[in-house]
Amino acid sequence: MGEEYSLEDRFQQYVEAENKVEPKDWMPEKYRQTVIRQMSQHAHSEVIGMQPEANWITRAPSLRSKLILLAKVQDEAGHGLYLYSATETLGITRDELINQLQTGKAKYSSIFNYPTVTWADMGAVGWLVDGAAIQNQVMLCRTSYGPYARAMVKICKEESFHQRQGYEIMMRLAAGTKEQKAMAQDALNRWWWPSLMMFGPSDDNSPNSAQSMKWRIKRKSNDTLRQEFVDKTVPQAEFIGLTIPDPDLKWNEERKSYDFGEMNWDEFYAVVKGNGPCNKQRIINHIKAHEEGAWVREAANAYAKKQQARKKQSAA
Amino acid sequence: MSFKGGWLNITEQKISEKEALLQYVLRLADDALILGQRLSEWCSKGPVLEQDIAMSNMALDHIGRARLLYQMAAEIKGDGTTEDDFAYKRDTNEFKNFLLLEQPNGHWGDTIAKLVFYDTLNYFLFEKLTESANENLAGIAQKAIKEITYHAQWSAEWMIRLGDGTEESKQKMQKSIDDIWMWVGEMFETDQVEEMMAVASIGYKTADLKDAWQSKINQVMEMATLTLPTDTWAQTGGRKGVHSEHLGYILAEMQFLPRAYPDAKW
Amino acid sequence: MAEKSDFKIWEVFIRSKNGLSHKHVGSLHAPDADMAISNARDVYCRRSEGVSIWVVPSEQITATSPDEKEPLFTPSDDKIYRHPTFYEIPDEVGHM
Repeated sequence: MGEEYSLEDRFQQYVEAENKVEPKDWMPEKYRQTVIRQMSQHAHSEVIGMQPEANWITRAPSLRSKLILLAKVQDEAGHGLYLYSATETLGITRDELINQLQTGKAKYSSIFNYPTVTWADMGAVGWLVDGAAIQNQVMLCRTSYGPYARAMVKICKEESFHQRQGYEIMMRLAAGTKEQKAMAQDALNRWWWPSLMMFGPSDDNSPNSAQSMKWRIKRKSNDTLRQEFVDKTVPQAEFIGLTIPDPDLKWNEERKSYDFGEMNWDEFYAVVKGNGPCNKQRIINHIKAHEEGAWVREAANAYAKKQQARKKQSAA
Repeated sequence: MSFKGGWLNITEQKISEKEALLQYVLRLADDALILGQRLSEWCSKGPVLEQDIAMSNMALDHIGRARLLYQMAAEIKGDGTTEDDFAYKRDTNEFKNFLLLEQPNGHWGDTIAKLVFYDTLNYFLFEKLTESANENLAGIAQKAIKEITYHAQWSAEWMIRLGDGTEESKQKMQKSIDDIWMWVGEMFETDQVEEMMAVASIGYKTADLKDAWQSKINQVMEMATLTLPTDTWAQTGGRKGVHSEHLGYILAEMQFLPRAYPDAKW
Repeated sequence: MAEKSDFKIWEVFIRSKNGLSHKHVGSLHAPDADMAISNARDVYCRRSEGVSIWVVPSEQITATSPDEKEPLFTPSDDKIYRHPTFYEIPDEVGHM
């Protein structure tokens, strides 16, 4: 018992000294679980997040925007893959991870349970949802688990175009016809609060947060990240003449930050628990693609096995 | 084998060489766009994440090629028409893509069958187009041939994997081939536009690529332990703007925004 | 039916340009080497990151164990005479 304590102690000192933990290093079981939970949740978010955006690829209003959106959604798939691959270094298989997603044991970002109903949503998702995600991801480039940090560095590098792509869509709509501007404002109205809630419950109600910070998995608190996001985003909205849907929003000269209104946490928890407009649809689609692909994966494996046997035979 | 023509009998009117070039470039662009649009439907629905990414890559290549070709067409037309006007403001009868490419994706094997037949022809065709007497077209082809070489190899490899995979995959793949077959023959038809472009050394007659295509396809089929149907009756009409029912829905979806907001710029 | 639908894991190494070594970039799932290469190109080279790709089945990699870290790697820590700064050469001699 005493020895276990000292290992944990040494681990704590090790991460506090900003050292990275690598896959086969000793780590507290709880640390391993936390990292798996967080990375897989992140991977699932990338993958499920493809759906609301893929929803508009075939309807993108210009060839240029079609290419950009497709490239962007493809990037999300790539990022999901980087993260699955980083999670697998902890000895869990992608099959298990996917199973956890499909059975509801693993979560993904609740934001993707909202529908993308107009083209402006492609703008709002890129600008706000990716913007909020980047806020979080930049912090995670310094997370203590090595493979996670490396995946995040790559992801951050690639994501930088995503938010700009979204903002560009909003900018064009806001400067467009009356209908386009209304479309942009409507999208902002719908996505603003869910985006703020992406950072998770406020610090007082976030029990896992403290331990994650202690282990240097998380580097900043939910509320800090949320505030940074609001401070960055409000002027961007003003610049294109859109209004943030929050009557309580105002600049606080003392804090050099924006004060903003209360989020609807009842809605947040309802959506997390499965009652968002699209929770069921997203998982059904994922299961459908996975099941319809089973025969393809089996065939490819069977072929690989045959090829290997043939190679052996011709070598013998 | 040689295909017999379909049910269409439309007399062609004499056209100028400029008009022929425009038509020729547009049909290549329409092929690329309609296939790219179809393949982009796979996004988030692939059998495994890696393949989802691969399929999106191909869709990007096709739509990217469509843009270059539409831009070239816009230049030929020279009346201020833009790439997006071609894609978003024409009706089905103005689209001249192969019927094969507008057929629904179906399952993974259905899409692979479609791709193998098209990619293989596209490879031989674009190889020729790299030497087109039209510099613009040659330039586009030189860029595209690298992508197309990869596409042809990728789809052939998948067909072999599925054909020579499990018993289930073999049956499925064979059915995919049988089902799509009647849309294949059209790709080897010749018409006035193609004749004129071939004479001018700008384009190339796909009929003259038939043997090369056939021998490559036979080779893939053999490796995949699959058989080609012997039926030679082919549906035609794509190059004349007479389509299957599917294209209308593709366009309804694709063109919805510019049609609903005609004054808007995106 | 679902006898084994999960693909094998491959580690991916990419040479970003000639003159540099292949560097580990991550892993992916593929049924065979050809597909692994083609996936690596699609997944890890979407922004012209590479000129050459290696893929290796993860199970084929033999790695040192972290438990052996000390016996394996600390003995070289005190061989400071392997480092150029160990030697004091008068500045007048110039760069050496």
